Amino acid sequence: MPTIEMTYRDAVRQAMVEEMDANPDVFLMGEDIGRYRGTFRVTEGLYDKYGVEKNDFIVPGIARRVVDTPIVEPGIVGFAIGAAMVGLRPIVEMMTMSFSILALDQIINHAAKIHYMTAGQAKVPLVIRGPGGAANQLSAQHSHSVEGWYAHVPGLKVVAPATPACAKGLLRTAIRDDNPVIFTENPGLYGIKGDVPEDREFSIPFGKARIARQGTDLSLIAYSRMVHVCLAAAEQLAERGISAEVVDVRSLLPLDTETIFASVAKTHRAVVVYEDWKNGGYGAEIAARIAEECFDDLDAPVGRVGGLNVPMPYSRVLELECIPNADDVLAAVNKIA
Amino acid sequence: MLFIRHFERFSERAYRQGKAGGYLHVYIGMEALAVGWLTQIRQGYDYVITAYRDHAHALLLGSDPVACMAEIMGRRGGLSRGKGGSMHLYDIPRGFFGGWGIVGGHTPLGAGLAFASKYRGEDRVTLNFLGDGAANAGVFFESLNMAALYEVPCIFIIENNEFAMGTRLEYHAADTELHKRGYPFGMKHERLDGMDLLQVRQDAKRIIDWVRENQKPYLVEVMTYRFVGHGAADNDQTLYRTKDEVESARQRDPIALLMDYLTSNNLMTREKIEAIDAETEAEAERVYEEADDSPHPDPSEVYDDVYSDMTPEVGH
Ligand SMILES: Cc1ncc(C[n+]2csc(CCOP(=O)(O)OP(=O)(O)O)c2C)c(N)n1
Ligand SMILES: [Mg+2]
Repeated sequence: MPTIEMTYRDAVRQAMVEEMDANPDVFLMGEDIGRYRGTFRVTEGLYDKYGVEKNDFIVPGIARRVVDTPIVEPGIVGFAIGAAMVGLRPIVEMMTMSFSILALDQIINHAAKIHYMTAGQAKVPLVIRGPGGAANQLSAQHSHSVEGWYAHVPGLKVVAPATPACAKGLLRTAIRDDNPVIFTENPGLYGIKGDVPEDREFSIPFGKARIARQGTDLSLIAYSRMVHVCLAAAEQLAERGISAEVVDVRSLLPLDTETIFASVAKTHRAVVVYEDWKNGGYGAEIAARIAEECFDDLDAPVGRVGGLNVPMPYSRVLELECIPNADDVLAAVNKIA
Repeated sequence: MLFIRHFERFSERAYRQGKAGGYLHVYIGMEALAVGWLTQIRQGYDYVITAYRDHAHALLLGSDPVACMAEIMGRRGGLSRGKGGSMHLYDIPRGFFGGWGIVGGHTPLGAGLAFASKYRGEDRVTLNFLGDGAANAGVFFESLNMAALYEVPCIFIIENNEFAMGTRLEYHAADTELHKRGYPFGMKHERLDGMDLLQVRQDAKRIIDWVRENQKPYLVEVMTYRFVGHGAADNDQTLYRTKDEVESARQRDPIALLMDYLTSNNLMTREKIEAIDAETEAEAERVYEEADDSPHPDPSEVYDDVYSDMTPEVGH
């Protein structure tokens, strides 16, 4: 498969462009995504490509397919749900996933319930995407990792890609999915580069984890940016003669337990790593599944590394203290080795 | 109107007899409002969405009354095979989008439905019903702003029955003229009567025609009153209103108003009306019995339809 190198940001954008080109029902909504080109520049160029100048009026000055919205997260998501119920395929950009907290009612009480409450009469092909997790000194109200909250909710699907290729492949799947999908992009990943298949049909199914690095002695299990932290830790472990396998979960709901369990069956040791608060985060769910299902395979208790259980502090020194890094992973490995 | 009233009496009976559970809210006293508006739209083409007081809307859009009652009873024969219940009736092929339990929460969905029809260049109209209590919700204001900003063909219809559960209008709204909430968004808005069916139909037609033609939103506040408790579980109305107040409101019972009109203009005799009433009641009873014959869902159905294409993790 021919590939091309691009950033994570470009991969996300390209998936949207290709799907918008392929299907007129796909459109974008969000704060500052059009004229302003997106807070993280993910939607750069799309207003020009699909905006008002391209005869795409809804009302003068308002683009039909790249809809700049007021700062009303519940309103935006509710509006998108309504449009999705009659077959449009809205992609809502959250300026950051921290702001999706305002829209919890629309996401959980509405979007996630519709297919069930209508017994399948109405589908909600909605994608809510945006940066989730800590960036750089955005402090306590802008640094949340909320993917675990959403992965708690039946009726939603939740993905958290770690690489440009995964971002592109999973976003295409998300846009084509008939259910509401939460798609989180860690802000620290936007600039990373990677090879992405050029094929305009390239996609990655939900519920399939990826072995990011093969190993035999222990399994490091992570998603989103923590995959890269685990890869760095695995590199250091290799220098000490320990072969760590890194499992990139990618899809939280549905969760590919088969790949995770197979890795644990091979290595007999597991550490789950996640950026969210350690207490009650999604890594705890993964750890519990391993403990429940792989007891006989395990040579040690399942280890866990999570973010510190504090509101994210502003100081860079304190912020770095909160976010798990390779040293934290190595410390957890030492405990079970 | 008569059928709705009788249907609602049987809904209440279902609750009293333990055949319906949870929360159940009937439309008794408010019939002319939904009848007047929903007979003026293009049924099956236009979109309709409302809150949990939704039985009348479904019936008026042509949903099978047995499927409605069966849903209220949580049966397999229900509109949503027992997954929704009284508060969550949906009949999407007929343009009925529910049936929502979070006060104010559905109002942006209605705006989004209207956006979709405009996006596709269709001339549908969306009727977005909500209560007076819901008119205070933040998300309702967000919806008004977005509907006006994007000029979507959505009619927000506040069913002002003067109470949000046990709280009187004056105690929940700083300005009780709720239609004025359209003003800050540059939206056309007015307060209308909801009891005199003929008047309601006229107003509805005028406004629906305007919205279809102009493809812009509209806000109406329709004055009505509920003659019974907020929900079937509301068993002490003395906490918020007197019997006298209800009695005087009943002077403008929409069904009585229509009957007076028909008889005083010699359009129908009182005997004829009484005969229709008896027939309608018998029909509602038949619906009730037939719904009651529908089986409960099988426990194995519990995982069905969480997703369109997959089953969640099974087991406790
Ligand atoms: C967000 C939310 N808060 C509270 C409730 C409980 N509740 C259900 S109905 C209701 C009153 C709503 O009154 P109104 O909007 O006037 O509608 P009506 O019942 O009169 O038709 C309340 C408080 C709810 N369902 N949702
Ligand atoms: Mg009310």
